[in-house]
Amino acid sequence: MKFQFESVADFIVMNGHGPYVWAAYGITFTALIFLLVSPLLQKKAFIKQQQKLQKLAKANPEAQGAD
Amino acid sequence: MAWQWFHRLGSPRWFYEKTNPWLPWLAIVSISLIVAGAVWGLAFAPADYKQGNSYRIIYIHVPAAFLALAGYYIMAISGAVGLIWKMKLPYMVMKSAAPIGAVLTFISLVTGSIWGKPTWGTWWEWDARITSMLILFFLYLGMIALQQAYQHRDTADKASAVLALVGMVNIPIIYKSVDWWNTLHQPATIKFTSKSTIDPSMLYPLLIMVIGFYCFYALVLLLYTRAEILRRESRTQWVNDLVATSK
Repeated sequence: MKFQFESVADFIVMNGHGPYVWAAYGITFTALIFLLVSPLLQKKAFIKQQQKLQKLAKANPEAQGAD
Repeated sequence: MAWQWFHRLGSPRWFYEKTNPWLPWLAIVSISLIVAGAVWGLAFAPADYKQGNSYRIIYIHVPAAFLALAGYYIMAISGAVGLIWKMKLPYMVMKSAAPIGAVLTFISLVTGSIWGKPTWGTWWEWDARITSMLILFFLYLGMIALQQAYQHRDTADKASAVLALVGMVNIPIIYKSVDWWNTLHQPATIKFTSKSTIDPSMLYPLLIMVIGFYCFYALVLLLYTRAEILRRESRTQWVNDLVATSK
């Protein structure tokens, strides 16, 4: 196994195919990061919202169950 | 007794608690495989004698397309299990599989389009493989839309399960499109029944990427399903306790 390019600049240009290859990888990794982060944010938002509701329920116990 | 695991599997709480310790392992394995496969494929695999360096897109295009299809099976089978056994959890898995499948199909369409430009001289061609993948993308989008179209959770779940099952007809069409029609798209490179038409020096990073994408898919599907479990079980005691104890 060896590095297939003469230099780092050569690696980036990839004989003219660089823009295609790097764009494809850039879009893919952005989309994968979105997939990873979005459910984590959903969970965070849910817990924050429920904690608020629990606080409200504690503040006036009579209103409980009346949503 | 033998069926106990199956009924437990239907319990969202049991699923939520059991899958918790898997998450860090799946994260470590999938991220290291994907990084290793990408570096190998981009810098150390030899260039293709015909396509030059543009072929390096294969290392993300093929795994994304694999998972776009495998994800559809997971979504349709979960929908079927939900319909047949009237269980809650499979519907949550089905709903979670839709946005993931849509993103993976999007990745395979976009990377394929970018790869097509230097290789075929065109960004887009109404070719059988590409068109059937575009239909897959719309099926995933339809699933997402249908989930939000009904007031009742139950109706939404049943309707989307039916859509997922009907959409299954598209899957063999995608697989066979490169054999049935004369397409620009090349036939399958990795074969299970005969010798693959790819050199080992190019195949190994591809296999690493495929396994990495499978692990990543499992991780993300768990994360989406767990978030969905919390939302749907928000009135239960165990979720209330979980909310109260989390920071």
